[in-house]
Amino acid sequence: MGEQRSDAVVGDTAPLLQVRDLEVTFTTDAGGVVAVKGVSFDVEPGQTIAIVGESGSGKTTVATAVLGLLPDNGKITGGSVRLSGQELVGASSRRLQSLRGRVLGLVPQDPMTNLNPTSTIGRQLVETLEDTGTASGAEARTRASELLTEAGISDADERMRAYPHQFSGGMRQRTLIAIGLSASPELLVADEPTSALDVTVQKVVLDRMEQLTAVRGTAVMLITHDLGLAAERASDLLVMYRGELVESGPALELLTNPQHEYTKRLLAAAPSLASRRIQIAKEAGVEDAVEGGDLLAVSDGREDDVTADAEAPLIQARNLRMVFPGARRGLFGHEPDVVAVDDVSFDMHRGRTVAIVGESGSGKSTVARMLLHLLEPTSGEVLMEGRPVDARKQADEIAFRRRVQPVFQDPYSSLDPLYTVFRTVEEPLRAHDTGGKGARADRVYELLDQVALPASMARRYPAELSGGQRQRVAIARALALQPDVVICDEAVSALDVIVQSQILHLLADLQERLQLTYLFISHDLAVVRQIADHTCVMENGRIVEQGATDDVFDNPQEEYTQRLLAAIPGRDLELAL
Amino acid sequence: MTDILPAAENPHEPTPPVEPGGSPADAPRGTDDSASLWRQAFRRMRRNPIAIIGAVIVLVFVLVALLAPWLAPYPAGATPGRDLIRPTEIPGPSAEYPLGLDRFGSDVLSQLIWGARSSLVIGVVSTLLGLFGGVAVGLLAGAFGGGVDTLAMRFVDLMLAIPSLLLAVSIAAIAGQNNSAIIIAIGVVQIPIFARLLRGSMLQQRNSDYVLAARSLGLTRGTVTMSHVLPNSLGPVIVQATLVLATAVIEAAALSFLGLGGGRPTDAEWGRMLTGAQAELSIAPRLALYPGLCISLTALGFTLLGESLREALDPRMRRR
Repeated sequence: MGEQRSDAVVGDTAPLLQVRDLEVTFTTDAGGVVAVKGVSFDVEPGQTIAIVGESGSGKTTVATAVLGLLPDNGKITGGSVRLSGQELVGASSRRLQSLRGRVLGLVPQDPMTNLNPTSTIGRQLVETLEDTGTASGAEARTRASELLTEAGISDADERMRAYPHQFSGGMRQRTLIAIGLSASPELLVADEPTSALDVTVQKVVLDRMEQLTAVRGTAVMLITHDLGLAAERASDLLVMYRGELVESGPALELLTNPQHEYTKRLLAAAPSLASRRIQIAKEAGVEDAVEGGDLLAVSDGREDDVTADAEAPLIQARNLRMVFPGARRGLFGHEPDVVAVDDVSFDMHRGRTVAIVGESGSGKSTVARMLLHLLEPTSGEVLMEGRPVDARKQADEIAFRRRVQPVFQDPYSSLDPLYTVFRTVEEPLRAHDTGGKGARADRVYELLDQVALPASMARRYPAELSGGQRQRVAIARALALQPDVVICDEAVSALDVIVQSQILHLLADLQERLQLTYLFISHDLAVVRQIADHTCVMENGRIVEQGATDDVFDNPQEEYTQRLLAAIPGRDLELAL
Repeated sequence: MTDILPAAENPHEPTPPVEPGGSPADAPRGTDDSASLWRQAFRRMRRNPIAIIGAVIVLVFVLVALLAPWLAPYPAGATPGRDLIRPTEIPGPSAEYPLGLDRFGSDVLSQLIWGARSSLVIGVVSTLLGLFGGVAVGLLAGAFGGGVDTLAMRFVDLMLAIPSLLLAVSIAAIAGQNNSAIIIAIGVVQIPIFARLLRGSMLQQRNSDYVLAARSLGLTRGTVTMSHVLPNSLGPVIVQATLVLATAVIEAAALSFLGLGGGRPTDAEWGRMLTGAQAELSIAPRLALYPGLCISLTALGFTLLGESLREALDPRMRRR
């Protein structure tokens, strides 16, 4: 429908959206910052393009500039944006507003915060329909219900009366897609539409969006950090780096034959199911391995069970169960108790990596906290070298803490903002009275060196570091006491692909050099495949499948594991090169 | 694949500019050497005209209070013009008495200048009292939780249930009529507010990852609380203290207006000057205007300072 309309107006040669030499500048505390410069691209009617880049690359800025929704401190300082031949740069805000919704639609990033929590789903859809003049009154309500049904929400009439908090993340994102498409725009801008969703939900939502836009002939501008996802969904890719468009072209061509250095790096860093265990340990391990266990690590990982016989596991989780009491309801009532983790058992062998994968809410982080003794399990126990740890005895606890250290997900919140890098890394040494002041300082610099941070970083505060640098500091702190076990709870999930790949290599390298044992918790199967020897798949608090990583990935036994693997974007594409 | 490791993320490079809508913590910081939270806040305040105005007002009053012996034409409580006072007439401004005389023949300008001292002292000391008392109670509640928390918070609820002015009047009545009674009265009334604020802020910090990380390092609970949780929870409390300074100055005036300050009627104190002016409102309304203006200005100065400090510390308000 939209296709015919735009064809009638523009003719079939002119692009729907034409961006030329776009430059956007932000005024910040530190003065003017050019966030985007010299960006040019076209979007043809009905075409799906994807803008790919890391955080800070300016991809969202391009989208907001096209929509005329730049924040107050941002301004288009050059170039032109033409929609069906009409110039949008410098257009009045009234003119832009009349275009938004009707010609330009938006699916925002975070489904959790982009719906009004105090208004019903139906009301929000009807409002959009009425404000854009698409429909009104009873007609708008009928149309809203149709839109929700099209977006894949069953019992739409019923659900119109629901509030956003009664919807799951996937349902909310589908609602946002329905709102974005409600006035049949010619161009839909989808800004990281699924990055907050689990991988299986992501697939359902994107399939639905693809279907809806195909029927309407809507062009889509997809913004994402995920190359696999972009390649799977878009015909053309634009790669952005530090505010500039470094490469663009048809998706497959660009992926199989990248020209720009950055694109090549991005591709090399992107984890994919085809990629194998990071090789560091194997290459170096052949010569250096002293113990029998390490020689086994060199080979396929299939020897997991052999190792179990050869050497007693370092840490054993035995039938761990965690029940959280239900929230209080009224004066005396309680919600039913929540079983977060149920009957979870696995072994961790020295120098090896065990991974737990699962979607949000599967209980994987709760397992991590029980292993760290930050949470007491309701039943079951954690054995260290065959002995239970009694966290209530202080000596036992301190001994345990020295041997098991965590690295958390969010490098922004896992460092004390008031501590310099030096003080952060020094703290465990001071707390455990390791050496004098000079010896401690030497150790801090040695640790910073181990995680490839220059000594000049020591005086900085976390706010002055990038995400990758912060995660390195967190790793240095975890290593300060020379632990045997490091528990990484989504340790690389918040990082951009290239940085993520660096941190994974660092972890693999440190494992080899320091004989570390990892418990690696992640929702990202591709990452797990790169780092783990043994993989446990968790669903709803239970381990549904576990085994050697290659077995789990190549030959999944459980239906849930198969579904999880099938949902990974770009798995059919030869991404790993 | 390993060869990208050293080249790709050069740690020497400053953080690249981040697109808007990204984490505010990622804002470009240039290559400044050190930027702790407080230093950044200070830097941001220096660029905020509201903060400058507030700081200038406060600074002027502090200077006036400190330099009172040199600035004031007459000593505190002196009545140089008592012979000029008639029952129906109080002389207005003249060359000798720039702001005129009051009922007792004191020079109003001198009294205002000396009054800045006691008003500021009462304001600052009572705020400090409330701050320390509140931090102590809040720390107990926030650090121990459980029964201690419940007990401390019910105590705070109890204090909040009594109207603050009534509480202050009762305290002043028990402690006797002098300035320290006013200080205690105002300070104690602020304790529950500080306690609640600190407790809430600590509960929030206690669940953050860096606190979990510190616990995993094997630090004792006391160390974790005192060196991580407390320092990071103090921000809102400090902001509140600046704002309380403003109300403390007003409340001090209110209590001495109600006659709870004791002392002689000629004592230089803005609240008492207001009380005195009440009787002469029909013949010399200016006597009420001057101290009222001083109280409002001081309160305004502290409020502007506190609000801009809050803005500077609030991550949501950054990059304005």
